[in-house]
Amino acid sequence: MSIAIETTNQEPKNAPAIIEIEAKELSGSQAVLEAFIAESVDTIFGYPGGAIMPIYDALYDYNDQLKHILVRHEQGGIHAAQGYARSSGKVGVVFATSGPGATNLVTGLADAMIDSTPLVCVTGQVFAHLLGTDAFQETDVINITTPVTKWNYQITDATEIPSVLAKAFYIAKTGRPGPVLIDITKNAQIQKIDYKGYTKCTHIRSYRPKPIVRKTYVEEAAKLINEAKKPFVLFGQGVILGNAEKEFKAFIEKGGLPAAWTLLGLSALPTDHYLNTGMLGMHGNYGPNVLTNECDVLIAVGMRFDDRVTGRLDKYAKQAKIIHLDIDPAEIDKNVKATVPVWGDCKETLPMLTRLIEAKQHTEWLAKFNEYTKQEEEQVIQDELHPTTGELTMGEVIHQLNELTNGDAIIVTDVGQHQMVACRYARFNETKSNITSGGLGTMGFALPAAIGAKFGAQHRTVVAVIGDGGFQMTLQELGTIMQTELNVKILILNNRFLGMVRQWQQLFNDKRYSFVNIQSPDYIMLAKAYGIEGQSVNDRTLLQSSLKTMLDHDGSYLLEVMVGKENNVFPMVPQGCSVSEIRLK
Amino acid sequence: MKAEFTITVYTENQVGLLNRIAIIFSRRKINIESLNVSPSEAEGIHRFTVVINETEDVVRKLCRQIEKQVEVLKTYFNTNEEIIWQEMALYKVSTDAVAEKLKVERLLRENGARAVVIRKDYTIFETTGHREETDKLVEVLAPYGLIEFVRSARVAIIKASKGFHEKLKEFEAVEPAAELAENEYLDQGDAVFTM
Repeated sequence: MSIAIETTNQEPKNAPAIIEIEAKELSGSQAVLEAFIAESVDTIFGYPGGAIMPIYDALYDYNDQLKHILVRHEQGGIHAAQGYARSSGKVGVVFATSGPGATNLVTGLADAMIDSTPLVCVTGQVFAHLLGTDAFQETDVINITTPVTKWNYQITDATEIPSVLAKAFYIAKTGRPGPVLIDITKNAQIQKIDYKGYTKCTHIRSYRPKPIVRKTYVEEAAKLINEAKKPFVLFGQGVILGNAEKEFKAFIEKGGLPAAWTLLGLSALPTDHYLNTGMLGMHGNYGPNVLTNECDVLIAVGMRFDDRVTGRLDKYAKQAKIIHLDIDPAEIDKNVKATVPVWGDCKETLPMLTRLIEAKQHTEWLAKFNEYTKQEEEQVIQDELHPTTGELTMGEVIHQLNELTNGDAIIVTDVGQHQMVACRYARFNETKSNITSGGLGTMGFALPAAIGAKFGAQHRTVVAVIGDGGFQMTLQELGTIMQTELNVKILILNNRFLGMVRQWQQLFNDKRYSFVNIQSPDYIMLAKAYGIEGQSVNDRTLLQSSLKTMLDHDGSYLLEVMVGKENNVFPMVPQGCSVSEIRLK
Repeated sequence: MKAEFTITVYTENQVGLLNRIAIIFSRRKINIESLNVSPSEAEGIHRFTVVINETEDVVRKLCRQIEKQVEVLKTYFNTNEEIIWQEMALYKVSTDAVAEKLKVERLLRENGARAVVIRKDYTIFETTGHREETDKLVEVLAPYGLIEFVRSARVAIIKASKGFHEKLKEFEAVEPAAELAENEYLDQGDAVFTM
C-alpha cells in the first residue's frame, strides 16, 4: 500500500508543498510506517512485544518497503541503529515494546546522546486508560529517558502521529543530532485516523537547530589565525556530522595548520594527510598532547573538550588563544573558555574562515610534531607494531589488518584497551569509517554496532574489533548475524583480562587485580553454534594469514587473537595530570 | 562568588517540560530555592521563574543547557538588582488572638497584611513582599499563636525586558532576526543574558 506523499523542499525558506490528497483511513500503526517511508527509512532494528504488537502487525504488510532486523536484545537493537546511523549518515530507527523493552534502550540512548547520534526510537506503551495503574509491562518511559534524549514525546491519540514523527525526525537529524524517543500507547496504534499524507517538519518555533553565524567572530578568528606562529587545530565528530570533511581539509591546507583528532573525529581526515598529527587525549599521541600546551592559537572544530581530551583543565592550553567552532552554543565556554566563539554549522563557518586566512606553511612548527612522533615511534610504537619475540600485541594485529584492508574498512570498536589501540593505529582513507562508543564508553557496543554499520554501508568491509570482556556483554547478537546472513568480521583481541581496568590497577592500585580476571568460553565453538566460521590464533607467523582468511571469507567470520595478558596502552595522561605530563611508559 | 539569581524561561506549554528543566539542576546537585510556572504575557507561552544560589558562571552554563531544550524559547538570568520581585504569604492565626490583642492589629497594619478570611475560630492574613518582609510577619505573629504559614514561589519582572510579544512573532518566522538565533548580549556583558 502506498499513498502519494509530497515531501518538502530542501530549502527551509519555502513553505512545505503539500499536495492535497483524499483522506484515507489508516490505523495509527500504519501512519507510523508511512512516516518512516516518507522519511526514507529503509531499515528498522527492533524486537516485538505486547504493547507494540499493532505496529508489528501493520509491518507485516510493509515488508517490501521496510526491512526489519530482528535483534536478540533491545540494547543490541539500539546499538545497531547507532552503527547504522554512523556509517550511513542517516537516522537510525528502533522499535521496542513497553516496560523492559523500553528500559533496555536506555544505555543506547545515553550513548547516542553523548555521542550525538541521530536516532528515532518508537516504543509501545500500555493503553492510555491504563497509564499510571502499574499495568503489565508499564514503565514511565518518558521520564526514564528524559535525561538521555534530545527530545521525547508520548502519543495517546493517533491523530498526532504524522506531525509528531515529522518533528521527531527533524529534531533527531538537525543541529547537533541526538536520539529522540516516541512512546505510543496501544490504543493510539490501533485507532483509525483520516490520514491526509505526511508533511516533513522544517520549523519548530522554540527550536533553533543552528545559531546564525556572526561575521565579526569569523573575522576575529581569522585574524588570530593569521597572526599565529604556532596554530593547532583540534577536530571532533562535528566535522563528520556536518558533512564538512572537504571544507575542513581545505581550511587546514590553506593555513598549513597541524590538526589532531578526538576519538570521534577520527576518519574525518585521512590518516596519511600531511597535516594529520594524530590523536588527542589520555591515550593519544605524544606530540598533539604536549604541543597543546605550547601552541599560541588553539582552533577547536566540532569538539567539546571532554575530560579525556583535556586532562587537568587548569593546566590546559593556558598560553593559547582559543577559537571554538561549534553548532551547539551550550558547548562554548562549558569546559574551556573561548577567546573567540564561532557559533554555527562548521560546513558554513569553515569556508568563511578559509576565505579570510592567509595561505601559509608552518614548517618549523609542524616539524616539532614530527620530532615528538619520532620519539613515540622509538619508545612505544615500534615495540607495539613490530615485535619479534614474546606474546602477540594488539598493535601488531591492527597493523596487519591495515596492511590487508589498505585503510578502506569500517572499524567498529568496543571499549577498553583494544579500542585505544585500534583507534591509535587503524588507518583510514574515508570518513565515517571509525565507529566507537566514545563519550559513554559502553562495553558491548561493538558487535551490534557492527551489524548496524554493515546495513548502513553494505558495500564496505566491516570489522568489529572487540575485547574478550565487551564481547561477552552482547554476544547474543551473533544470532542476529546468523539470521540475517550478514557479512561482519569479528576480531576478538583476547588478553584474558578486563585489560584497561587491570592496567589502572597495575599503575595506580599497586597491582591489586580486583575482579579483572575474566574467563572466556570457546569462542570458535560458540560461533559455530551460530553457523559462523572462525579460528583462534596465538602464533605470530600465522597472524597475517588468519586475518586474510577472515577478510576473504564469504560471510561473517570470527577470529580470536590471543594477545599478551599484561600489555599496557601507552602513551598515557594519568588522571588528574596535565596533557603535557603524558607518559610514554 | 555565589549569589541569588533569578532565571526566567519562556517555554511552550508541554507535559514533561517541567521535569526536563528540573533535571538540569538536579543532575548538577543544585538546589532550586523557588520555582514558579505560570502563563506569560504571550498567549500559549509559559513562563518559569527559578531562583537559585550559584556563581554567575554556573548560572550562565545552566541557562545555555535550559535554552538548548527543544521546547524552550528563551532563557534569561538576572541578579536581584535587575528585577522587581514579590512573594506572597498566607498566615492563619486564631481570631481570638487578633480580636483581643490590639497590638496584633497594629503589627498587621505595619506589615501591610490584609485579612482574606475571618472566621470565629481563625483568621487568614495575606501579605506580599520580599522574603525578609514575609519572614518578619512570621516572627511577629509567632508569639500570638501562628497556626499555619505558607509562602509562594517568587514571581519576578525583569526591569529591562520589553516583554515577549514581539519576540514570539519572530520565533514563529522561519527565518528569525539574528538576535534570536544567537547571542544578542554575549559581548555586552549586559544585565540581561540570552543566547
